[in-house]
Amino acid sequence: MSASPASSAPAAAIFCRGLRKHYGSVRAVDGLDLEIRPGECFGLLGPNGAGKTTTIEILEGLTPPDSGEVRILGRAWGTHERELRARLGISLQETRFSEKLTVFETLELFRSLYPSGRDPELLLADLALEEKRDARVGKLSGGQRQRLAVACALAGDPEILFLDEPTTGLDPQSRLQLWEKMETFRATGRTVLLTTHYMEEAERLCDRVAIVDHGRIIAEGSPAELVAGLQAPHIVEFASEPPLSETEVHAIAGVRDVRRRDGSWFAGVASLVDAVPALLSTLDREGARLVTLSTHQATLEDVFISLTGRELRDE
Amino acid sequence: MSEPRRGRSALSMLTRARVLEFVREPEAIFWVFAFPVLMALVLGFAFRDRPPDPLPVGVVAGPSAGSLSAALAKSSGVRPVPFATREEGLAALRIGKIALLVEEAPDLVYRFDPTRPDARLARLEADDAIQRSRGRRDPAAPKEALVHEKGSRYIDFLVPGILGLNLMGTGIWGIGFSIVNARLKKTLKLMVATPMRKSDYLFAQILSRFVFLVLEVAVILVFGVFVFGVPVRGSVALVLFVAFLGALSFAGLGLLVVARAQTLEAASGLMNLVMVPMWLVSGVFFSAERFPKATQPLIHALPLTALNDALRAVMLEGKGVPAIGRELAVLVLWGAISFAAALKIFRWQ
Repeated sequence: MSASPASSAPAAAIFCRGLRKHYGSVRAVDGLDLEIRPGECFGLLGPNGAGKTTTIEILEGLTPPDSGEVRILGRAWGTHERELRARLGISLQETRFSEKLTVFETLELFRSLYPSGRDPELLLADLALEEKRDARVGKLSGGQRQRLAVACALAGDPEILFLDEPTTGLDPQSRLQLWEKMETFRATGRTVLLTTHYMEEAERLCDRVAIVDHGRIIAEGSPAELVAGLQAPHIVEFASEPPLSETEVHAIAGVRDVRRRDGSWFAGVASLVDAVPALLSTLDREGARLVTLSTHQATLEDVFISLTGRELRDE
Repeated sequence: MSEPRRGRSALSMLTRARVLEFVREPEAIFWVFAFPVLMALVLGFAFRDRPPDPLPVGVVAGPSAGSLSAALAKSSGVRPVPFATREEGLAALRIGKIALLVEEAPDLVYRFDPTRPDARLARLEADDAIQRSRGRRDPAAPKEALVHEKGSRYIDFLVPGILGLNLMGTGIWGIGFSIVNARLKKTLKLMVATPMRKSDYLFAQILSRFVFLVLEVAVILVFGVFVFGVPVRGSVALVLFVAFLGALSFAGLGLLVVARAQTLEAASGLMNLVMVPMWLVSGVFFSAERFPKATQPLIHALPLTALNDALRAVMLEGKGVPAIGRELAVLVLWGAISFAAALKIFRWQ
């Protein structure tokens, strides 16, 4: 298009470089670069306090960064705010709508704020809220409120949808329902940026994820790439009586990393067919009885642990 | 082409949302419509039209106590209260149960506190009654013509004041709480994440006030006119217009007061800081002229003083626009300046 200074990435839907933001002595965002292509569903994944919300709110033009460059659809917030606002849909973390308005009134209100957009009746249907059309927002369940928040974000028929922790605090069924709606939106070729600390969510919805910790991106790629990049793509989880020592677990053939949780050992291994027989013979040699044994494919959670040595979810 | 149409529709939808929020809040209805009527009712009855109460005058027991009491009982201005001893009488005087204590032992003595107006009045009335009972003849015999002019009673003064007070209260509380609530719930932040014009949001708050204005003014006026016979000598349309400018002024002020408040507590404190001084000095319950002369320019620059003065001028004196031009200008200036300032410093998240 025109010779814009963002020559670095005219094609990116969302682009930022060298983003920094600190609150007092806390560096919420500490030098963060992103480039999200049009049509991509991109996830910012990380524990609470990693800087995900600060990052997404900077990209949404709601929080000014201390330094760094942001381009949304090739435009800068400083010069094209009104245009960008009309082209984006935003759902914030923990927004509460006015409880006195009905679902439909709320949708109509948000629709009226955009120059063009989707018919509120269609939005109701899209988000499975028809039955709650005339219910007061105050009477909705958590899942219904969250769907309303997404419906309001879609009211302007946006090119990019920003969702900050869209399913936090929802029951599994509501989460599943919301995921289906987000997949439908993605299928229309629009761009989605979401933050989450749920692995399953990122793995299911996102084309690519960036794992964020302490305000920086520590890994980026498709969920499959990230898992494949692990030295130990399988996890063997077991407990024995008496338990093995950490040295003994490390000594088992093919074990790459080890962690202990709730009395069980979690051993990351390169190959199950090598590691499981080796584990059994170690137990046999030590005279220990196997209490539990299970294996699973490594997930993004294991990626996070292997990168940071910490669990993703604070328990 | 579509730009201005969208703007108007966003403004009307924002206004509608605010109106719906309000009518679905029963407490809000009470404070806006029922409370002022209750207040006027209570105050109206406290100061209702009736012959003044006779002032209680103590009489200490003694040989002439009976004749003194009989003389006092004949007066319409005082009534006798017997006491067995001087000490009991003095005790009653100290706590204000009686306005004056009379004793004849053997000289006639009036005991009273001269700083109390009712005590001085009781002394005059009691002395009159006693002197006449002992044979005084008055050289002149004037006839009394009592005047009960509607419009000069306390309730006539009070009703426009309550109207002004209510317009201030609903403007500042109504707008203030809804804004701080929306800020706390992050609805404000979500709205500025849309292409909404910020001025539309704030202007919708003011517009929604006008929706209820006519009703609010009507409730208080109808009540004042029909229950207490308060006169509306000027044009009703002008009363409404003055109320409209008052509402505009206080809506702007309400927006400014909570432009940056982050909590309900901070907002309440600020709203009280703005309103309580005006409750006191702006001539709601008593005339603002009672404050020292040096403070008058300041007091008359306050929006509530201007509103009350303008309402009284139109309702009680039947004045027209030219006579209240200064007051109307004060209201418009407060409204416009505070709205502009609020828009400038408003905290959206």
